[in-house]
Amino acid sequence: MEQMDRKHVLRKLFFSTLYLSTFTFGGGYVIVTLLKSKFVDELHWIDDDEMLDLVAIAQSSPGAIAVNGAIVVGYKLAGLPGILCSVLGAIIPPFLILTAISFFYDAFKSNFAIKALLSGMTAGVAAVIMSVVYDMGGDVVKTRDWVRILAMILAFTANYFFHVNVILIILVTAAVGAVRTIVREKRKGAGQ
Amino acid sequence: MIFLKLFLAFLQIGAFSFGGGYAAMPLIQAQVIDRYGWLTMSDFTDLVTIAEMTPGPIAVNSATFVGNQVAGIPGALVATAGVILPSCIFVTGLAWLYKKYRNLVLLQGILQFLRPAVVAMIFTAGLKILIPAVFTSGAISLAAGDVNIRTVVYFIGALIALRKFKIGPIKVMVGCGLLEFIVRWGLRIFGA
Repeated sequence: MEQMDRKHVLRKLFFSTLYLSTFTFGGGYVIVTLLKSKFVDELHWIDDDEMLDLVAIAQSSPGAIAVNGAIVVGYKLAGLPGILCSVLGAIIPPFLILTAISFFYDAFKSNFAIKALLSGMTAGVAAVIMSVVYDMGGDVVKTRDWVRILAMILAFTANYFFHVNVILIILVTAAVGAVRTIVREKRKGAGQ
Repeated sequence: MIFLKLFLAFLQIGAFSFGGGYAAMPLIQAQVIDRYGWLTMSDFTDLVTIAEMTPGPIAVNSATFVGNQVAGIPGALVATAGVILPSCIFVTGLAWLYKKYRNLVLLQGILQFLRPAVVAMIFTAGLKILIPAVFTSGAISLAAGDVNIRTVVYFIGALIALRKFKIGPIKVMVGCGLLEFIVRWGLRIFGA
């Protein structure tokens, strides 16, 4: 690693994330898997165990998982300049694509064909979202942890029926989760 | 000051979307539609559809799109910078802490508890897309002219395609869009 040319590392970071970000559909988890196969399996710049931890950090942090994944890999391989290169690579493709779409959107959204396509696709998007909710909600129910199930019901009620601020719900839930984890860890510590 | 507003709105979206992808959706709704009125619900639905169809995270895609719509390319740059800044700070901080303590128990405890709330809010966001698509009046109502039968058929068909036949989300969405296009085209030609 030490003798490897720094410029080479930065260039590789930039073009790898640029490439993955251009051609990967299907969200952050897919990108993180592909980052792993590039930097762990192909280049051997990061070892397997460490990558697992880096992925855990990327998934635990707020924000887009794909961006977070680029940040951990960039940070690990080349510090702050590494982050700069990998993040730029990750966001340039969506930035260019959505800028182009936004440019044409106002002209096209009244077009007969586009309007019909988007209108039909709305039903498809709703189905995709509900399917994701079913899977994620099912995982929560499967834990049989009634506190978490109750949290899910309460959060929905507060959000949907009482229009409680989303950020407030997140902050309150995070605080309850923190207290619960600390109490549990203390108990575990005392029991040993 | 529009640039500051864009930056702060997307900073909050970036800072509070835990769990990647869809987790950003309720936050984007809260800021972009409810708080600032930068997009209508129907534009937002189109945006989610477009974001699903193109590579790149929903949060980054939305920042670029909304920024462009509200204040052109400088707006898009500011919004995108806002949405990734919390990631950069949080992930780097966490990677550093992790190097020091090798322990993520508290954070993972919090996340475990956050997930149910996030699922609940994604469900709400999905309902806000589904309900106006199904009910022409925009609210749940079973009056004869108020239910958009075609949308109901696409939605159920899409769910079956996704869950039972495991067809990819993009194909399902494009399928729904094409069906609606064919139906509207037919109606126009045969003049119903």
